[in-house]
Amino acid sequence: MKAHPQTWLRSDKNGLYCKPLAAYIDPVTPVQRAIITHGHADHARPGHSEVYATPQTLDIMRIRYGDDFCERSVPMAYSEEKVLGEGTLRFAPAGHILGSAQAVIEACDYRVVVSGDYKRHFDPTCTAFDVVKCDVFISEATFGLPVFTHPPIEREMQKLLDSLALFPQRCHLVGVYALGKCQRVIIALRELNYTKPIYIHGALINLCKYYETQGMILGELIPVSSVENTKTLAGEIVLAPPSALNDRWSRKLPNVMTCMASGWMQIRARSKQRRAELPLIISDHADWNELIQTLQDINPDELWVTHGREEALVHFAKTLGFKAKALSLVGYEEDANS
Amino acid sequence: MQAFANLVDKLYFINSNNVKATLLKEYLRTTPDPERGWAVSAIAGTLDFQFFKRKMIKDLTIGRVDPVLFDLSYDYVGEMSETVSHLWREAENDPPPLKQVPTLSNIIGTFKSGNQVQNAQFLTQLLNKLNASQRWALLKLGTKGLRIGVSARFLKKVLAEYGKENNPDVTLEDIERVWHAIKPPYIELLTWLDGNGELPDVSDRVVFQPVMLAHPADDGVLNTILPDKFRAEWKFDGIRVQLSVSENGRALYSRTGDDISYSFPDIVENLNYQDINGVFDGELVALEHLDCKDSKIEKNADIFVISKVNHTTSVTIGSFNNLQQRLNKKKPSKKLISAYPVGIILYDCLFLNGNDLRGMMLDQRMQQLSSWYTQQTFSFLFLSRGIAFENLQELSEIRSNVTRENSHYVEGLMIKRRSSTYVAGRPKGYWYKWKRDPLLIDAVVMYAQRGHGIRSSFYSDFTFGCWHGQQLLPICKAYSGFTDEELKALDKWVRNNTIGRFGPVKDVNKTLVCEIAFDSIHKSNRHKSGVAMRFPRVHRIRWDKPAEEAETITQLLQLVSG
Repeated sequence: MKAHPQTWLRSDKNGLYCKPLAAYIDPVTPVQRAIITHGHADHARPGHSEVYATPQTLDIMRIRYGDDFCERSVPMAYSEEKVLGEGTLRFAPAGHILGSAQAVIEACDYRVVVSGDYKRHFDPTCTAFDVVKCDVFISEATFGLPVFTHPPIEREMQKLLDSLALFPQRCHLVGVYALGKCQRVIIALRELNYTKPIYIHGALINLCKYYETQGMILGELIPVSSVENTKTLAGEIVLAPPSALNDRWSRKLPNVMTCMASGWMQIRARSKQRRAELPLIISDHADWNELIQTLQDINPDELWVTHGREEALVHFAKTLGFKAKALSLVGYEEDANS
Repeated sequence: MQAFANLVDKLYFINSNNVKATLLKEYLRTTPDPERGWAVSAIAGTLDFQFFKRKMIKDLTIGRVDPVLFDLSYDYVGEMSETVSHLWREAENDPPPLKQVPTLSNIIGTFKSGNQVQNAQFLTQLLNKLNASQRWALLKLGTKGLRIGVSARFLKKVLAEYGKENNPDVTLEDIERVWHAIKPPYIELLTWLDGNGELPDVSDRVVFQPVMLAHPADDGVLNTILPDKFRAEWKFDGIRVQLSVSENGRALYSRTGDDISYSFPDIVENLNYQDINGVFDGELVALEHLDCKDSKIEKNADIFVISKVNHTTSVTIGSFNNLQQRLNKKKPSKKLISAYPVGIILYDCLFLNGNDLRGMMLDQRMQQLSSWYTQQTFSFLFLSRGIAFENLQELSEIRSNVTRENSHYVEGLMIKRRSSTYVAGRPKGYWYKWKRDPLLIDAVVMYAQRGHGIRSSFYSDFTFGCWHGQQLLPICKAYSGFTDEELKALDKWVRNNTIGRFGPVKDVNKTLVCEIAFDSIHKSNRHKSGVAMRFPRVHRIRWDKPAEEAETITQLLQLVSG
């Protein structure tokens, strides 16, 4: 029987609930059945009974939370389709990080695509975003303001190499999120022929190793903890999670130039807050133009906008003639993995 | 323009002064004249005009950006120039595109000669041509809002460092001396710094003369103080200034060589070189007119009443707070000037009637100064009188008596060797400042923030509060006074006692008391506590003291003087 998704897809305190599939998408609390779009901690949490996700996302959850992160995991490769309750589920690539997916749900004669986090910029660490035609497209809007236009990553990495050339005595400490951003930054450096070892914080090691098992070539990586005399890191590139940038961990590094790789670095006040001396605008999310382009490519009957700056995207989609509204989700951290 | 925008962008984010200096020197080395001189001027804030008003930017932006999106973006970014620099889009009826990005010199020249309509057109063309960070630099520059953490003083230091690399004789004093006599794009100066020319000749212009500075007096020095060797004077609580008047012009400079004449037309515009011709060193202070029956006068008549024999009203020194109302005002209103009158207490003289006195001994200079002083009639000029004393003990008593009762008039004593010539910089053994003992209060740590540069991983910037009933009100911020060991201990304490955060600011348990030292305290309606302190610093950490025993706002108000 035909029923509009607004009657069977809603957000509650646990997250976005899909009634025909009896499943939550990226729930923030432990639930019976969870569909997980990608491995970032604010989307993939431990403790669910049943988890549907791509094999890479499940691997990442296992690395982060241990083998018992859920009771039963169901790996689904891109485009594999499963009947779930009174509907079907399949995953389409989202281009956000390794294993990231859009959830394509068909039920009650409607097709809904939940984008998860996504981007359209080229990224060698993951499969490119797939445009899936649908009735309702649920888009993220982390960077949903026209002030956000992300430059090509090569340009930003060249800024880092230029700074290294101008300040060869300074240890260039780059804040990167452990999953996705870190590996993307390493590969971009390698593509610019940076062949020296790259030094990494302990929190980045396991995920880098995992990316290597997935066929990515990251070059020589040396854990900072294995460097006997940290003074020798002057003039080297060190990667660390953002929380370590201005904290005790970095005190042992010599003459630090603080760099931060994030889409938020486009805004000066954000960079200042982070005390980034060299802001690198690198994002794994769609910027404003990509959000609009995606909307036009998919051309859905309806756009629902979730976590981020919904208001601007909803407004602009309406001026383009789309039916659009904000879908308020709970518990997503704005700053966690951007 | 690209190189300039690039430089400005980097300087904006960098915290380290060494790195800023390296970037600036690199720019000076690789950029031709007059481009680099205009950049120096833009950064030092010596461009004397606005290219365009904020309203022009706004008017041009409206119409090419959806107003709802503009408002949402502005609300998020929080700053107009940055919002516009990201949102700017080319529009259909725009003037023809520029073939290339013009040079900074070209941009300045075009705006300077253009009228309102032409400038709006040119601005549109520029914004179309530039990228976001270049647009930001242009908009900030054009509205004279280029704040990138580089002061004029720092820039001059960098210029001196740059010059030294080519010519070891270059000094900061040279640059300060010529700075106000030369104009952007500073071609002569930069050529000299490159090692290819002479120091610009400024003998026919009014210039700042580098000043002589004092060392703090320690016990070793104090024990050598004898009245026949040293002259004692009050160290007044104002700002150090240099007054320069000759047939070439007139100016009032701050101690760092910034021309502050515009803030004090009530002084500068009354000077004429027929009546006053020289370079004078002194303290700019606020004045307060006194009722002659005021008991204050009788009490301290010999020190603080600085009225003159030929003057009918008596005046005394006003508080530093009053003086502050007059500082950094580009165009002070008549009302402000009459509400907060100012004067200068002269205490040295570098040039007088065309003669250079700097090579003379202090006593001789003071003699010349005071004999000239008795002849002149300017009501806003005063003379610093020597304090008679027999020995150190007497001087010490004078200092402690007066500073206790009148803490807002004076900061302490100056002790100057009678035989000292006037030497720029901080020569050893000549001048000493003997500041009064600081005031002390116990206050509670309320919030903590990380420091800058080498301290960026430490919680080193603290907000302190005192009790107002059951509530703590912030009274000051302090980031110095503790040892490195104490800083580590404070940092650890903050990490273990954080109860919340507002952006970069940590809210902490209100349990730790510190003894705060400060120079003086004034009433202030800007702060909730109603007081403002001068130079607060941490004197001691009182790990032992319970928070409820910290001072109250009422106790604090009793320390307010004047």
